[in-house]
Amino acid sequence: MSALVAIIRRDLLLAMRRKADVLTALFFFVIVTSLFPLGIGPEPTLLRKIAPGVLWVGALLATMLGLQRMFAADHADGTLEQMALSPQPLVLLVAGKNIAHWMVAGLPLVILAPLLGLQFDLDAESLGVLTLGLLIGTPVLSLIGSVGAALTLGVRGGGALLSLLVLPLYVPTLIFGAGAVHAHASGQGAGGHLSLLGALLALSLFFAPWATTAALRIALE
Amino acid sequence: MQLDAGQWAHVRGENGAGKTSLLRMLAGLSQPDEGEIRWLGQPIKEARAQWHRDLLFLGHQAAIKDEFTPIENLQAASALDGEPLSDETALRALVRMGLKGREHLPARVLSAGQKRRVLLARMLTRCAKVWVLDEPFTALDVEAVQALGQVVGDHLTQGGIAVLTSHQPIPLAGGQEVRL
Amino acid sequence: MKSRFINWFALANPSSFYPVAGRLIPWFWLLAVVFGVAGLWISFFVAPTDATQGEGYRIIFVHVPASWMSMVIYIVMACWAGLGLALNARLSGMMAQALAPTGALMAFLSLWTGALWGKPMWGAWWVWDARLTSELILLFLYLGFIALQAAIDDPRRADKAGAVLALVGVVNVPIIYFSVKWWNTLHQGASVSVTRAPSMAHTMLWGMLLMALAFWMYAIAVALMRVRAIMLEREAQSAWARELREVVA
Repeated sequence: MSALVAIIRRDLLLAMRRKADVLTALFFFVIVTSLFPLGIGPEPTLLRKIAPGVLWVGALLATMLGLQRMFAADHADGTLEQMALSPQPLVLLVAGKNIAHWMVAGLPLVILAPLLGLQFDLDAESLGVLTLGLLIGTPVLSLIGSVGAALTLGVRGGGALLSLLVLPLYVPTLIFGAGAVHAHASGQGAGGHLSLLGALLALSLFFAPWATTAALRIALE
Repeated sequence: MQLDAGQWAHVRGENGAGKTSLLRMLAGLSQPDEGEIRWLGQPIKEARAQWHRDLLFLGHQAAIKDEFTPIENLQAASALDGEPLSDETALRALVRMGLKGREHLPARVLSAGQKRRVLLARMLTRCAKVWVLDEPFTALDVEAVQALGQVVGDHLTQGGIAVLTSHQPIPLAGGQEVRL
Repeated sequence: MKSRFINWFALANPSSFYPVAGRLIPWFWLLAVVFGVAGLWISFFVAPTDATQGEGYRIIFVHVPASWMSMVIYIVMACWAGLGLALNARLSGMMAQALAPTGALMAFLSLWTGALWGKPMWGAWWVWDARLTSELILLFLYLGFIALQAAIDDPRRADKAGAVLALVGVVNVPIIYFSVKWWNTLHQGASVSVTRAPSMAHTMLWGMLLMALAFWMYAIAVALMRVRAIMLEREAQSAWARELREVVA
């Protein structure tokens, strides 16, 4: 357990000393979501309709940008190798890295999203559903993304290849997350979608760290 | 190849002969196509946690974070091993390896040799029985080579085991030679 | 029974499997052609003209089998890959690598025939139907697998990384399909479905089954051919490969 806390502290400390990377992804989120009204037109009813999709896609892409950061630096300077040789289970350390990554990359998106949602003239309740969905969904993105990041460690064409691998796997999260807001807006209630998101979170919490660990050992061979 | 307490082996061979691959297999990072590696009679694949606890592996890379100071590096590495390190113990190890006065600088500003010394300090703070060291003398000056030789010597006297590769002459006596 | 058991493990060696595969390939091609001819004959001449859709609907005799095969191949590929990972067997990894392009082709074919069917029937080249959209994502999963293996130089690492990806994919495919279906019903309601085929006459089902078998035999034949090529590429330096007629010549 203490190793789990230790690795979260370590990764958070490292992120704080490399703030630029983190902030870049956040600014990317803001810019990308602002592009859509510019491309489509400022008409409020239309914006309200596309808002959930745009914000969710923006969150997906912003998470993608930060995924390589999870393992690449540690792999390059040899600290990942040391982690694989730790007496503590690698799965535990991987889970810690996932949690730290979410706190640095996903949680800020959750906080920013309601503000950006105002740009799209979403009402308060829809913003609430959107934020709750992102709160449940962004950890799923970090968990699934970490499998992709581990598989593409040190591989040519890393970033683009990572996107190709991971974005299809993000589709269910996107559908349930954005769908929750639409369901709420159309009066059907967001409960079903949010529970499905919760199920995705539970599934990925149990399985993704193991897949990531396997992929890391393969990358370190 | 078999090594008992107090013994060490020098793995020699030309570049590309597979010295690093052999050491990585000993550590358990890669799997051999044939044969088996055992520690205390058990294959390392089965008693992984125990093997990792008794092993110290140093590869080619620096294995330290540039953003951390030497003392933070030592403490973070120990915490990840599940064995927290106190400030005094960490500082003592760093001073012994010649980093006095640089303990609180970010590793980014250290020279390659100094970064190596941080790694060597880790050898002191981690109570491992088996040391597998890949080119440990690289980038070290004459004094540091002597210091490291002494550290390894002490480790062997206390019943430890070491496997080394090195292109330079090793200041230790009586090792098995393994030629690849 | 015991000798059969030993035989399997002997066969798992690329050098033993190579000639066996070579002997099997022509048979699978033959079966593919036989089933294909039978299937096409039924689709074009025996199956009745549909009341609402006319002759154009006959493209489902290619579309549906291609969809089935794209999913079956993905599952088989994931099984081979998983086997290779678990047993550390070279041949299993090669089989997975050999199957992937054929699976991707099936998915692509399914999408194209779906579009060709949709245009005259519903007036649009692409309809965001649940099945077609899932098929598109399946194609991306295949492409990702192929791209990952292509990007990793070391064949053993490529096999293992691909295996992890394929296993993650195979678990996700039902989830993706379910979520896309959910999305589709939510947004389109009682919409038209490209895959709502005309109620199946007996002959139509036979036609599709025969075509599916034809694709299956084709897939095996092509996969065996491809796996032989992969074996030669990877084991070019080994003794058995150098002695082969094809290589010496």
